[in-house]
Amino acid sequence: MSSGTGPSSSATSSRKVRLATVWLAGCSGCHMSFLDLDEWLLELAELAEIVYSPVGSDVKTYPEGVDVCLVEGGVANADNLELLHQVRTRTRVLISFGDCAITANIPGMRNMLHGADPVLRKAYLELADGSGQLPHAPGIVPELLERVLPVHELVPVELYLPGCPPSAARIRAALEPLLQGGWPELSGADLIRFG
Amino acid sequence: MSGILRVCTAAGCAGCGGSALREQLGAVIAAATTGDPASGLALKGVGCLGPCGEGALLELESASGRRLFGGITPEGVAAVAASLANLSPGTDLGTWAPPAARPIDLEQPFFRLQKRLVLEHCGRIDPESLAEALAAGSYGQLRRVLQENRPEAVIEQVRRSGLRGRGGGGYPTGLKWATVARMPGPEKVVVCNADEGDPGAFMDRSVLEGDPHRLLEGMAIAAWAVGASRGFIYVRAEYPMAIAHLRTAIAQAEDQGLLGAAIAGSAFGFQLELRVGAGAFVCGEETALIHSIEGQRGVPRPRPPYPAEVGVFGLPTLINNVETFASVPPLLAIGAEAYAAIGTTNSGGTKVFSLTGDVRLAGVLEVPMGTPIATIVETMGGGAPDGHAIKAVQTGGPSGGCVPANRLDTPVDYESLQELGSIMGSGGMVVMDDSTSMVDVACFFMAFCREESCGKCIPCRSGTVQLHLLLQKHLAGEADAADLAQLESLCHMVKDTSLCGLGQSAPKPVLSTLRHFRGDYLALLRPEPEATPEPVP
Amino acid sequence: MSVRTLRIDGRDLAVPEGTTLLQAAREAGIAIPTLCHLEGLSPVAACRLCLVEIEGTDKLLPACITPASEGMVVQTATPRLQDIRRTVVELLFTEGNHVCAICVANGHCELQDLAVTTGMDHSRLPYRFPARRVDLSHPFFGLDHNRCILCTRCVRVCDEVEGAHVWDVGWRGEHCRIIAGLDEPWGAVDACTNCGKCVQVCPTGALFHKGDTTAEKHDEPAQLQALVHARHHQQWNP
Repeated sequence: MSSGTGPSSSATSSRKVRLATVWLAGCSGCHMSFLDLDEWLLELAELAEIVYSPVGSDVKTYPEGVDVCLVEGGVANADNLELLHQVRTRTRVLISFGDCAITANIPGMRNMLHGADPVLRKAYLELADGSGQLPHAPGIVPELLERVLPVHELVPVELYLPGCPPSAARIRAALEPLLQGGWPELSGADLIRFG
Repeated sequence: MSGILRVCTAAGCAGCGGSALREQLGAVIAAATTGDPASGLALKGVGCLGPCGEGALLELESASGRRLFGGITPEGVAAVAASLANLSPGTDLGTWAPPAARPIDLEQPFFRLQKRLVLEHCGRIDPESLAEALAAGSYGQLRRVLQENRPEAVIEQVRRSGLRGRGGGGYPTGLKWATVARMPGPEKVVVCNADEGDPGAFMDRSVLEGDPHRLLEGMAIAAWAVGASRGFIYVRAEYPMAIAHLRTAIAQAEDQGLLGAAIAGSAFGFQLELRVGAGAFVCGEETALIHSIEGQRGVPRPRPPYPAEVGVFGLPTLINNVETFASVPPLLAIGAEAYAAIGTTNSGGTKVFSLTGDVRLAGVLEVPMGTPIATIVETMGGGAPDGHAIKAVQTGGPSGGCVPANRLDTPVDYESLQELGSIMGSGGMVVMDDSTSMVDVACFFMAFCREESCGKCIPCRSGTVQLHLLLQKHLAGEADAADLAQLESLCHMVKDTSLCGLGQSAPKPVLSTLRHFRGDYLALLRPEPEATPEPVP
Repeated sequence: MSVRTLRIDGRDLAVPEGTTLLQAAREAGIAIPTLCHLEGLSPVAACRLCLVEIEGTDKLLPACITPASEGMVVQTATPRLQDIRRTVVELLFTEGNHVCAICVANGHCELQDLAVTTGMDHSRLPYRFPARRVDLSHPFFGLDHNRCILCTRCVRVCDEVEGAHVWDVGWRGEHCRIIAGLDEPWGAVDACTNCGKCVQVCPTGALFHKGDTTAEKHDEPAQLQALVHARHHQQWNP
């Protein structure tokens, strides 16, 4: 980042912004919208280094020293939770990316059944075709949390980017100032509408 | 042998042996033949005798004076009855010591420091007997004011007495009466709010159960003074004995021409109806109460218009609480100046309190306005039991707050309590000792408001839930400083924006405990999590 | 007719006696957010969004029912009021299950709009995820309690305009819900005339036409207002 006005005091002007995107419990629609940035992605690549992303990197471990991370999805299982805590400790600007991250949205609808066990029973036994069984594979299938939670109910969040998904223009409106060392002011229906 | 046995049959004592005691003592006296010691005795079931925590209570009155006995259990009733039946001939009632009962000193401060005006007849007379009420002077003031025929003079007396709304609001009663009296229109209504619902409050219940005619007389005087011909008593369904005694009293008064048409030979008529609530705390709020009387859903509406202008069925309506109406006959009897002289400059007269919680002597008492809280809880109530110290006194129920121990010198009057972030309220006084978590207390009251919110406006309907969740988070040790800040700001939001008094005062127990016992909250906070790599603006 | 002069947000206004602060503000182009209020229905002052500050009193007053009075000085958008409004919207979002992405009213929802207006990009209060039901027993319409904000517009329009009083509020506090008839399935209530006015005035996707899918529902309060106006003035030809 080039200036000290944003949360970038330690970043030097010579270094590219270390950008990550993370996909928790969501449909990946936010990431698809990110890809809809089309040619601006080329500009982005000039300003930022994609250090971790399901759509832009093969790195399997969330790295240290990330400047900005877009977190898509609610927090639904033990893996989500572990990754989120990693993201939080290794990232300066955490952006809650899309309605699932901000409200739990569609994944959160299982919360109305009040608990992981009723959800699993409903999905794998009650609605099964006769030979249903509860999935159980410790270490392979991550345990469901009792409730799907929005990101900010678990860790501090610096910026919220609502939308299902947030449009490419909205994503750019959030990222561009950050990449230039500023801070985005998001308001109005074009930038913060749910849905 | 002659004398009177008074058994407290108010709800508290009735539930712990009082009813059985009355029944079995009655059987002994009925079975006594001439010459038996019990044959000359009179037995009365009476309203609240005072120290409810000591129940069941039995008072003996004979030529040698009055003596009070307490601690009678359902198991001990038979022994008391047998002892009475087996008294040897020639025994004086003044020397009989009922077994399985402990004597209670009637000279101790609990009794000595009381000034009983509202409760004058409570515990003395049989509440189901109009004859006893009349013999004690009931309806004398109604008769007198009807005869003198100067309603404006009655209102002036009430105004000068300094009497203020005993439901907790403290609005000057005389001013309220004058406002309704001045309203145009041929039809007006008088309503008694007997929907006493604060946890720990049972003053009004004592009046309703123990001396219902005092209330009816007060209401009739008010109706006559403001020009109303219809009245309603809105009483909560949770008070079955109060309802039964009111029904009896209304029927008796109508039968004797003290209610209904042409009261006491005058042209004044007053039709009084009983309305029984369906278990909603919010119906104690006057606009919700009006809706409920009208047969509508018991939810509040914005004021203005105030009930004095648009009340029950759209008519100008005077709404007062039980104790306010019941204060009127004694006030008129002793005169406005004498009544005002009892209390403080801004709060005239006496106030009935129900003293409960961590206190040695719990019960119903009536003291002059301005009595220091310490006098009530320490001197009269005996302080906290079992070697504990008092930590706080809660007044005003879920709409009130806590007075900390170091402020117990505060006099009970409307302004002083408000200054401390509490309210006078209707008279519930809950004592809490040093083992009490004030966060727990706040959480209890918030749970109550959450349960009792009517749901009409969003700050109360949803805000009380979020506040309750936040308090539970504190109690579970999962809250951090940000949660505490959120708790505080949401309290102010709910207080400032709710539609009616329930929501506006629901955060008070939290705000009051935050003010006086912030340490209790801070002690529950979990340590701050590790900071993120670099602070972010 | 006498006139009242007052000042709203620094602008001097003169309005006829009996004008509410909300009407006065709107006529002057000052936007005060509302939700339970709807022109044509009786005001209930329940949503508290239109609370305003008035000089000389600590109490916040609802603009929808407070009449303009002489010399009043009103503030409609102080930081305090803005924070209150955002909190109100957060309380509404968190007490129900408002999943905008799959709602019939997505893009045409007054609650969704209010989140934008009040700058609510996330809720500072936790979501409660209550268990609520959907009533699809009516042949033409549906009621999804998950999206209901209890503004009672449906209750009032059915009672005051249609005269059928199919709707009311049942239970209390957090358990409140809109009920049809005596808490019956909507389709089983004979009093319903199938007029659809309740659907027209519903500010969210709680009441909807069957067959509407995501983002297809538009509320149409203008029809109600035209009808109320026509009745009031006995003018049936537009």
